[in-house]
Amino acid sequence: MLAAIPFQAAGTVQEAKMMIEVKDLTKRYGPVLAVDGISFNVDEGEIVGFLGPNGAGKTSTIRILTCYHPATSGMAAVGGYDVFTQSMEVRRLIGYLPESAPLYPEMRVREYLKFRGKLHGLDRGERDAAIERVVKRCWLAEFIDRPIGHLSKGMRQRVGLADALLCDPKVLVLDEPTIGLDPAQIRETRNLIRELGKRHTILLSSHILSEVEQTCTKIIIIAAGKLIAQGTPAELREQVSAESRLIAELRGPADQLRHAVQQVEGVGQVDMVPVDGWHRLSISRVGGRDVREALARLAGERGWGLRELRREVGSLEDYFVKVVAQQTDAEARTR
Amino acid sequence: MRNVIPVTERELNGYFYSPIAYGVLTIFLLVCGIFFLATSFTPGGEASIRELQRLMPIILVVFLPIVTMRLLSEEYRSGTIETLMTAPISEGEIILGKYVGAFVFYLAMLGGTLLYVALMAIFGNVDVGLLVAQYLGLVLLGGLYLAVGLFFSVCTKNQILAAVAAVAVLVIFTFLADWLATRCEGVLKLLLHHLSISEHFSVFSRGLIDIDPLIFFITTSGLFLFFAAKVLESRRWR
Repeated sequence: MLAAIPFQAAGTVQEAKMMIEVKDLTKRYGPVLAVDGISFNVDEGEIVGFLGPNGAGKTSTIRILTCYHPATSGMAAVGGYDVFTQSMEVRRLIGYLPESAPLYPEMRVREYLKFRGKLHGLDRGERDAAIERVVKRCWLAEFIDRPIGHLSKGMRQRVGLADALLCDPKVLVLDEPTIGLDPAQIRETRNLIRELGKRHTILLSSHILSEVEQTCTKIIIIAAGKLIAQGTPAELREQVSAESRLIAELRGPADQLRHAVQQVEGVGQVDMVPVDGWHRLSISRVGGRDVREALARLAGERGWGLRELRREVGSLEDYFVKVVAQQTDAEARTR
Repeated sequence: MRNVIPVTERELNGYFYSPIAYGVLTIFLLVCGIFFLATSFTPGGEASIRELQRLMPIILVVFLPIVTMRLLSEEYRSGTIETLMTAPISEGEIILGKYVGAFVFYLAMLGGTLLYVALMAIFGNVDVGLLVAQYLGLVLLGGLYLAVGLFFSVCTKNQILAAVAAVAVLVIFTFLADWLATRCEGVLKLLLHHLSISEHFSVFSRGLIDIDPLIFFITTSGLFLFFAAKVLESRRWR
């Protein structure tokens, strides 16, 4: 678990405060298992991306965290308050943008924000200041007196975001914040989220990896209701490269070659194909050990030619697609 | 309970933005006006709304479920219920806020009928005491109908279904309970008699303000609101 806050002063040995805690969370809708024993933590100041294909259980988990649905089993806490028994405290801490940003179409933007401000118990002065702040933040000034029903999808999404930010919540929960936006708006929203990460702890969900990779300090991947990987983008990339194969092209007697390479510590399976007099070896590794140096030495000792030696590093995207596919396959087999 | 007011405000705003509300208001006043003209507003007749009062349960049984049907069904359908229930507001506050909103709208509907009373006062002598009792009866009757309508709106995201269910239940307890009571014996007869809405309502029509019907209307309305809050709350436990 990575526990460093980006803006933590150097030298202070201060434990980051845990803002969201989820333990063995399970959610069943009748016979359908939507969330299957998920556990993760989010520390204060982190921007966490909740990544998974459609129907992975992201929205279900988020709805439990925001007290909209109860969990079937397991526990979840926000800011130290249990979402089930201390729902009101949790709801005061969270600013929530639900998927597809539901709004009242007949209200004007300002009216809506005023209404939401009142629900959060802001008095008139606080409310006006808060509305001014979020309207500036979410580029809504031009639309403030328009009925919400007349706004485009992207603008409605911004109104929803403005609402989530209104009471300056400690924790922001954004379900698919960029879905339905055009590329320029997506970029604006990304920048805004990064900006907001300086003041708020953010949990956002997405089914697009590049989205999460660019904005988040930590990524949690779930598929078919199960948590399959979590870590910083760098950690996940590391994991990807550790699982990558080595490509080596050597010249030497085929049988000896394969045998000798397989003897090198850290080498798993070796596939060999002849390429115009050379042999191209595709080597999988065990234990994540880097065997490139050992292979080069081996070639030197035996006097074999070596003309290529590289890691075949897959992208995070490939990794995401792969783990998700594995998970869904496994799920399909058990059913 | 401070959260009741913003919900009420929003509800009232919602009514006055919605074409259905204007339609209901117009047709309600039109229907009342026609009945008033046909029954009470005749030379030499009694200067009271007694006849209109007799017909009022029939009119309200149709109109008030239309007023309440959207209260929560619409929130479910559009998904706004999610933003509402994840805000720091209790289910009781949501229900009460919406109920008060619908109630104020009903008072506006009823306020329109005061025009007929004013016309009567110009041409004849109105018995103010009788009138007060009759209007109190209407306010209480409407209050109960709205509570029942709200209860069914909490139960489904289908507005039409909410309205139809409310009308059905209200028709049974307003008009059929009395009739059924005459065909039953013993405890059942007594029970039906006590549950008959029109039985309690007729007391006010006679110009009486009695404690029994007063308690009947207030407690049954309260009960339906309580159930509505519980049904809404149960969404959180599912």
